[in-house]
Amino acid sequence: MGIIRTAKLVYEYIQRDEENKVTEVNRAVDAVDVNIEAGEFVAILGHNGSGKSTLAKHMNALLLPTEGTIWVEEDDTKNESALWKIRQTAGMVFQNPDNQIVASIVEEDVGFGPENMGVETRKIWERVDESLKAVGMTAYRSFSPNRLSGGQKQRVAIAGVMAMRPKCIVLDEPTAMLDPNGRKEVIRTVRELNEKENITVILITHYMEEAISADRIIVMDDGKVVMEGKPKEVFSQVDRLKEYRLDVPQMTELAFELRKEGLALPEDILTIEEMVEALCRLR
Amino acid sequence: MSITLKNVSYCYNQGTAMEAHALKNVNLEIPDGQFIGLIGHTGSGKSTLIQHLNGLIRATSGEIWYGDQNIYAEDFRMKELRSRVGLVFQYPEHQLFEVDVFTDVCFGPKNLGLDPEEVKRRAEESLRLVGLHESYYEKSPFELSGGEKRRVAIAGVLAMQPEVLILDEPTAGLDPKGRDDILDQVAYLQKERQITVVLVSHSMEDVAKYVDRIIVMNHGEAAFDGTVREVFSHYKELEAIGLAAPQVTYLMHALKEKGFAVDENATTIEEAKASILTVFGK
Repeated sequence: MGIIRTAKLVYEYIQRDEENKVTEVNRAVDAVDVNIEAGEFVAILGHNGSGKSTLAKHMNALLLPTEGTIWVEEDDTKNESALWKIRQTAGMVFQNPDNQIVASIVEEDVGFGPENMGVETRKIWERVDESLKAVGMTAYRSFSPNRLSGGQKQRVAIAGVMAMRPKCIVLDEPTAMLDPNGRKEVIRTVRELNEKENITVILITHYMEEAISADRIIVMDDGKVVMEGKPKEVFSQVDRLKEYRLDVPQMTELAFELRKEGLALPEDILTIEEMVEALCRLR
Repeated sequence: MSITLKNVSYCYNQGTAMEAHALKNVNLEIPDGQFIGLIGHTGSGKSTLIQHLNGLIRATSGEIWYGDQNIYAEDFRMKELRSRVGLVFQYPEHQLFEVDVFTDVCFGPKNLGLDPEEVKRRAEESLRLVGLHESYYEKSPFELSGGEKRRVAIAGVLAMQPEVLILDEPTAGLDPKGRDDILDQVAYLQKERQITVVLVSHSMEDVAKYVDRIIVMNHGEAAFDGTVREVFSHYKELEAIGLAAPQVTYLMHALKEKGFAVDENATTIEEAKASILTVFGK
């Protein structure tokens, strides 16, 4: 049994007019069954409006299902008495770092979560130390967040979630507003947390390159899960991904183009190293 | 009309303890009809630079010329410059405010004091240019998807009929298809209308695919300025300042090291494909 499971999960956004009559029902998540194992690194891909973020918001009970069920560990998110436990198990990081930072000094921002959970002061500081270390931001602990770059702010936001000792982190497009270096920093940090601290990671992204290192990719379209598998399995289906308004990593696309011209390259090339190796073998 | 920057410097909070130089002695020539990519890490001065181009920020020192007019001259009409140089900010959809798409796009030209017929004509034309047809006209901007909203916002700027269009990260937060759609549309516009486009982007792959010339900002200075191939051939220096080259360029350098006679300065998938196929005699 996974750390997060859904059974026929449905979520509908309902619009009403002035008289409270329903004018429009938009089924954003449509009968989704997923099972995420503890320690897994799962990437969720899908175009704007495909339901990814709506699904993600169910994972720490920011939204409750219209139909169906989602369990975080053994708790049904509809069970209100388990709410705090659920939010502590699954922490969320959003797109815009500036919307997530609350304090005027980095270490106080990181300590905000555990402080609100009622952790005793000495232990809060221990957690702050550990979390800042885990995201490589210890040197900036006494900085004001507005002196940090986007990537650094996002790492502080991740540290803030880590300080609540979650088993699972859900990141909703954490790199969308960052420059290339910031993107690298954040993805490296997330991977390390997954590998070293065994944190379950659910990464929503529009950058195909970022999904390469995931254990599994889930592709959503029109509220449904339409593809699921290892990165190599998913990205080898170039035409199908393009139908879902998605893309493949640049190397996969190049290999696909070269194959069309008759070069006998494998279908599952994802990285530069794999491409170089495959071309060397053809020589 | 071309834009020329002569020794432009800008300093935030001048004369206080918070003094910070955002631009240092920038000299640039932006001729008519060029498609320019502007890259640089967060805080490198890109946004400060583009706000100078339509006079939203006034240089602390130096001159900016629009054609043969100094924009800081006393008799220069700044309002006219702002209608000629259109600036699309990051997340421009946050600035949509009218009740429907068509009215929102009309807002700019209406404020120019044009007659209602001309306003209508311009709004229709700009919406067509961004690929939104009549079925969208009466929709509330809030009913649209992220990519559609962004197009409405771009149409609003196009309706001013700018000669220079500046876009600050127009694809942030969009899915891959949405990214391609917007940039294809901008490239089409640039050719069709012969306007100058300045594209601020964090995606090296997008920049390589679309622009003629790249300007790299670092610590408030224009660190590199040249064609796509020239600029990305400095990929090691670009990395040192927090940027990168397109993936393809790294591949080509790695292949060269293995003894393949490939074009190591290829920056796009098409170029890499052609070069690799030549090496393999296809």
